[in-house]
Amino acid sequence: MRPFKYNRPLDLATASNAGTSGSFIAGGTNLLDLMKCDVEQPSQLVDLNHLGLGSISETADGGLELGALATNTTTAYHPIVQERYPILSRAILAGASPQLRNKATNGGNLLQRTRCPYFFDTDSPCNKRVPGSGCPAKEGYSKLHAILGASDSCIATHPSDMCVALRALDATIRVSGPHGERRIEFADFHRLPGDQPEIETSLEKGEVITAILLPADGFADNFAYFKVRERASYAFALVSVAAVARLEGNQLKEGRVALGGVAAKPWRDLEAESLLCDQPCNAETFGNFADALLQSAKTYPGNRFKVPMARAAIVRALSEATHLNQL
Amino acid sequence: MPETSGSPLPEPIPITLKINGSSHSIEVRPWSTLLDVLRDHIHLTDTKIGCDHGQCGACTILLNGQRINSCLSLAVMHNGDEITTIGGIADCENLHPLQQAFIKHDALQCGYCTPGQICSAIGLVSEGHAKSREDIRELMSGNLCRCGAYTNIVDAIEEVMRSESSTT
Ligand SMILES: Cc1cc2nc3c(=O)[nH]c(=O)nc-3n(C[C@H](O)[C@H](O)[C@H](O)COP(=O)(O)OP(=O)(O)OC[C@H]3O[C@@H](n4cnc5c(N)ncnc54)[C@H](O)[C@@H]3O)c2cc1C
Ligand code: SF4
Ligand code: FES
Ligand code: FES
Repeated sequence: MRPFKYNRPLDLATASNAGTSGSFIAGGTNLLDLMKCDVEQPSQLVDLNHLGLGSISETADGGLELGALATNTTTAYHPIVQERYPILSRAILAGASPQLRNKATNGGNLLQRTRCPYFFDTDSPCNKRVPGSGCPAKEGYSKLHAILGASDSCIATHPSDMCVALRALDATIRVSGPHGERRIEFADFHRLPGDQPEIETSLEKGEVITAILLPADGFADNFAYFKVRERASYAFALVSVAAVARLEGNQLKEGRVALGGVAAKPWRDLEAESLLCDQPCNAETFGNFADALLQSAKTYPGNRFKVPMARAAIVRALSEATHLNQL
Repeated sequence: MPETSGSPLPEPIPITLKINGSSHSIEVRPWSTLLDVLRDHIHLTDTKIGCDHGQCGACTILLNGQRINSCLSLAVMHNGDEITTIGGIADCENLHPLQQAFIKHDALQCGYCTPGQICSAIGLVSEGHAKSREDIRELMSGNLCRCGAYTNIVDAIEEVMRSESSTT
């Protein structure tokens, strides 16, 4: 690691201020890795662990507020999360390892960077790391790469599991920065690459994520998180699916599906989701939906397998969420 | 060694760590990880270094009782914290039940991953989330073993987990 200064602010305003010229650090499990690889070279680290942002509490509207500095472990095993938002617990526990989750925080999880190997390798060109240098993934290794929403300049994916569940639940992010506090809808938090893949979120310089807000409805009766990866545990998703549903008898009233491992952000297609509205719960409904969602998929030599894999994973997750095989 | 840059190096920062029961007051540079401090500053080489990137679990220690990867933790962020390494788990002459179980079940071959495996297993048992062999396999997935001693590692942990749950 290159030398850097260490700063431990005790209030948000000081932290935001320091953050305009340094990098925030929470658990450090992603940032320190990238600093060791020389991908990130902050001159100052601003430690967010002493701002009192680690709690989890119920909100007045019946939802739940997850402190940005609460660990992934604390969040996944929190009794209210387990009881009312089991999909979130399931998704978090599908990611990383117990040791990493003990350090990883909710805010850091949102802002973890892609696992594209060219991004990590400073000897390789990469538009995200060095804008304008090129994107070798398109013709090279692209197993972990996007099939939806990518651009000519970058086909990287966002690697988080937690975020896929948060997208299905329609969470909101609360941030605090030099210009005060604001809320960002989860759908607007991560950005697609376009011609500026180096800009990954709508967060501004100096803004600290303070909390993730979950709406009251956690879909605890009808949910599934299904992750496909190269080994059974401790591996990033090739494809993951968070599915939640609202049922009336055998009739699907509402279905939401977010995909991980296929785009630069957790992927949802609200237009395709209309095919899950007032439909019979069966494999045909789910298959039609999956086909519509994947219609615009664009593959690369190394990731063609992802379209059929995603289709099968979507059908499987929706079947599980709607208890189809038990109907 | 960090590369030198144009500006002078930041001053070392004094911190105190309680390691295996004894207090160590040391001065660290901001970029020293807990793993660096244990092995290079305090010369406790019982905690092993594998990948140095959070991918293998060899460096697992207990931080205030919780298992973490010491290679991805900065020492300056842990002033005042309590650290237990494999060297601190035995009770005087008596090996820790997990050490005994690892020997009994032949749960190691070269032994390089073992300090991390056992610290991780202590974390697993105290967390109390594992109920079955399947759970142990899943919740030990953060510790790789290049020798492939996995089956015996799970046997050892399962035995200790069952005996702990029958005594509580
Ligand atoms: C080997 C390995 C395997 C993994 N596997 C998975 C997996 O399968 N699934 C998965 O989802 N994840 C996986 N992860 C990633 C892991 O979940 C992330 O590293 C972790 O969530 C990051 O959280 P952190 O608190 O450690 O972030 P840090 O490393 O501290 O920070 C990450 C980034 O977020 C910024 N930041 C952090 N908190 C805030 C805040 N409150 N406000 C503003 N900015 C902030 C930092 O400046 C930094 O840029 C894996 C990691 C490793 C090393
Ligand atoms: S996919 Fe994106 S991150 Fe990977 S090499 Fe191309 S530009 Fe870089
Ligand atoms: S050395 Fe820390 S996880 Fe491999
Ligand atoms: S015993 Fe050799 S690496 Fe596990």
